[in-house]
Amino acid sequence: MNRKFLLYAIIILTGLVYIGKLFFLQVYQRSFSNSPLNNAAIKTKYEYPNRGYIYDRNGKLLVANQLSYDIMVIPREVKDLDTLEFCSLLDIDKESFLKRLKKARRYSPRIPSRFLQQLSKDDYAYLQEKMHKFKGFFIQKRSIRQYPIKSAANVLGYISEVNEEFLRKNKYYHQGELIGTLGVEKTYEEVLRGTKGKSYIQRNRFNKEIGSYKNGIYDTLAQSGKDLTLTIDSELQQYGEQLMNNKRGGIIAIEPSTGEILAIISAPSYDPNLMVGRGRSKNSVLLFGDTINKPTFNRGLQGTYPPGSPFKIVSALVALQEEVITPETYVKCYHGHRYGIRSKAFMKCHCGLVGVPIRLNQAMYRSCNTYFSNAYRKSIEKYDTPSEGMDAWNQHVTSFGLGKYFGNDLSVGQPGLIPNAAFYKKYYPKGRWRAVTTISNAIGQGEILTTPLQLANLTAIVANRGFYYTPHIVKSIKGMEVDRKFITKNSTSIDKKHFEPVIEGLFNVFEKPNGTARASRVPGIEISGKTGTSENYIKINGVRTKLKDHSIFIAFAPKDNPKIALAVFVENGYWGSRWAGPIASLMIEKYLTGETKRPLIEQKMMNGSLKDEYDKQLSTPQIEK
Amino acid sequence: MYFGLVFLGWLNIYSVTITDEELNLLNLTTGYGKQILWILLCFPIIVVVLMLDVKFYEKFGAIIYLVALLSLIGLFLFGKNINGATSWYPIGTFTLQPSEFMKAATALAMAKLVSDKQFNLKSPKQQLQAILILFLPAILITLQPDPGSALVYISFFLVLYREGLPMYYISIGVIAVVLFVLTLAFGANTVSMSLLLLFITFITFLSIKRQRLLKRGWPAMTFVYILATLYVLGCNLVYNNVFQQRHRDRFNILLGLSEDTSNIGYNTNQAIKTIASGGFGGRGFLQGERTQGHFVPEQDTDYIFTTVGEEWGFIGTTFVIVLFIVFMLRIITLADRQKMRFSRIYGYSIAAIFFFHFAINIGMVIGLLPTIGIPLPFFSYGGSGLWGFTLLLFIFIRLDANRTYEW
Repeated sequence: MNRKFLLYAIIILTGLVYIGKLFFLQVYQRSFSNSPLNNAAIKTKYEYPNRGYIYDRNGKLLVANQLSYDIMVIPREVKDLDTLEFCSLLDIDKESFLKRLKKARRYSPRIPSRFLQQLSKDDYAYLQEKMHKFKGFFIQKRSIRQYPIKSAANVLGYISEVNEEFLRKNKYYHQGELIGTLGVEKTYEEVLRGTKGKSYIQRNRFNKEIGSYKNGIYDTLAQSGKDLTLTIDSELQQYGEQLMNNKRGGIIAIEPSTGEILAIISAPSYDPNLMVGRGRSKNSVLLFGDTINKPTFNRGLQGTYPPGSPFKIVSALVALQEEVITPETYVKCYHGHRYGIRSKAFMKCHCGLVGVPIRLNQAMYRSCNTYFSNAYRKSIEKYDTPSEGMDAWNQHVTSFGLGKYFGNDLSVGQPGLIPNAAFYKKYYPKGRWRAVTTISNAIGQGEILTTPLQLANLTAIVANRGFYYTPHIVKSIKGMEVDRKFITKNSTSIDKKHFEPVIEGLFNVFEKPNGTARASRVPGIEISGKTGTSENYIKINGVRTKLKDHSIFIAFAPKDNPKIALAVFVENGYWGSRWAGPIASLMIEKYLTGETKRPLIEQKMMNGSLKDEYDKQLSTPQIEK
Repeated sequence: MYFGLVFLGWLNIYSVTITDEELNLLNLTTGYGKQILWILLCFPIIVVVLMLDVKFYEKFGAIIYLVALLSLIGLFLFGKNINGATSWYPIGTFTLQPSEFMKAATALAMAKLVSDKQFNLKSPKQQLQAILILFLPAILITLQPDPGSALVYISFFLVLYREGLPMYYISIGVIAVVLFVLTLAFGANTVSMSLLLLFITFITFLSIKRQRLLKRGWPAMTFVYILATLYVLGCNLVYNNVFQQRHRDRFNILLGLSEDTSNIGYNTNQAIKTIASGGFGGRGFLQGERTQGHFVPEQDTDYIFTTVGEEWGFIGTTFVIVLFIVFMLRIITLADRQKMRFSRIYGYSIAAIFFFHFAINIGMVIGLLPTIGIPLPFFSYGGSGLWGFTLLLFIFIRLDANRTYEW
């Protein structure tokens, strides 16, 4: 009887098909979501840890936390609301109230969403008593940043809500959470933030919570962020900021023996407290929208300028290392040096020592362009072709940390530019370039670009006589080791012995009666330094227009066993000795002695304003020298 | 002795399924308590069923059937409306669903009718009688409306086929279903056009190779073709006009015709996710968080299988399916052994009913079939269902026991 097998067959077939489908569902597809907590029925609740505090090198508190209060709303539960009273309490108008409520409702009627952000403590105290009257609203505490000292905004950075792009990349963060966006807050985000505490909540199909998942065996406690001690000396930092009042530019101070950055000053700056609290969004628009002063642009780290005369130090060192000059080699200066291959172009010199033999020391403190141009030319022409010479030169120069990123713990930076042979080949495809074509590199003009940080590091190298530690900003992290990179010595390609004659020259910049920074001498402190006056141009309506020179100064002190090396850039400040020199000397004096004894210069620097100069750039296209 | 073994086997299946059910309901305190009561009340029923003489079932089959029918009709007067269907008699806090007992009654009546020595399924008149027995309760249940339960009566066709119903009934049924699904999936026009193409190709083929066959059979072929086309068009018409939107949605989502934007397939989606979350070994007893979170609607009744899926995993679900298959095959094997035609037909009927429930329910839960709300035998919560299935099963055991005594 065949007929009875039909039912058998159907039953077995159905069974097999079902088992197959179940295998697909439960075993095959299942492998894609392996965590037991990865489930719609489990809601993860986070407990936010305290963000780590930030201290300066002397243990002074720079960044702390304060509580802020958000008003949250569950739209479904809003009932019998006295809208008028509520609005007047929160100081918002009815329109904005309705808009916010609508937005919250659109997000979800059942899940709390943020109604009003970051109320102050005072508001909270006032509101708290009345909150019970408004069903569906409640107050949620959040920890936000507080800056006891109004300084170093660009260094410390700020925290803000994590953006969507980052959310996609990093699974740790969730919508609405705060993350370090700039500065130290960004670089040390993982240290500072700590670890969120997680608790898993079982919920039903309406997203309503019905209790802890498995009695909380998977739950974790929040771990507070670690405190950070920076290398910044907050007093020096603040002092520098005062000196840079109404000026644009940057100051970087480094402790040469460790590579620790003592101060990063960028002017103009802003009060870090502006980026916190209810006014944050408004303020950030103002700060980031100021394209003229660019207060959020860290000139100390991001500003790339032609280094000007301080670069002569490198020119001299390279020439010494290549053994094309000795400290006794002399050059006679007749108001400058020609440049270009056949052109009659001429690079002027105003060292004022016409026709007399100039040796390295004198060339250094008088800043003779002719001397260093000769040295540069000899270094390059030592090799058979300009290309080889250029690349050898480039090797030396980049060993000073110039022309590349430091890869340190600062959130922003610029590599600057140190040209090599390939660079010039691109601009002179027919190979028609020689040492004299690029002669302005010798004095830190031409193609060379550096940041104040790189220049400060260069100063530290000179102070150290030939090596540097990568400049960094973190001194210690509680319970953690600092990156090994920061305690590894980086050597330059210049022998130690070549530094002494150069330093003698730099010392004489202050000491010799006709040294370029004689006026900035500080009694009792042996400062070595170099002025710089760097030409700079901008394009205005397509015309290359010369702007007033940048005032630059580098210095380190004391001469032996240096404690501080710094670089000062004052945009359009003209001669290095006019603004940058005095500022540098004041900074050194302040740092080494804790006080300054030259109130006249100090007052002049603090009150001096270059505002007129900057306004000129905006109003007239032609700027006279 | 064999009976004892078989009985133990059944009892084992029975107790396993019941235990599972009971444990799952530990959290639904009221449901759990009630279900225990239902289970306990099963025993007197079993005793009564087993005490009654076989002759009783044979003789009173028709009367039981009529009484059950009356109870269905009575629903329209005294029934309680739950979830939009008037399928329950309220008795105190409990409710009774006569359609569950109707299955047993229909199986008895069918067995009674077909086991008659005079009865021949080849005769159209008697086919009509058999079909009438099925359709009366089916129509009454559809009117409640509870179309899911009504569909169960289709399973009797398998029994009738086994007892000699010509093949073409089932063939026509299968073709009708296939055409229906095709019509929904590809649209009436496409299907009727392809039917036309098929017809033309067929005729052309015949006109070349088998001219004589064509000459004799063309009216019938044309008739079949026209009928099929009409059916396809009719399907479309019925689908669009008679079906309710929710039914259409269910089909559309299953066939992938429309994206499930407004959570129409919520049940199925949630069911599949829940089952999938069980993985190979399951979350462990009472550890299924989707179960505890009540993500799946009707999880204690029609979607009970999702609990098995989540908490016991692939191992559990496979075990349950294998158990059911063994159980049903066992019934069929036993039915085939019956000397009495009545017992055999009855056995086949219950096997078919169990199979239909099993296939539709699990198929629906794992998303292979459209959502049709019928319970999984012995698993789903509900006293009437449990009693109904118990009745079905134990009447058969009684009949089977009789076999041993008489021979």
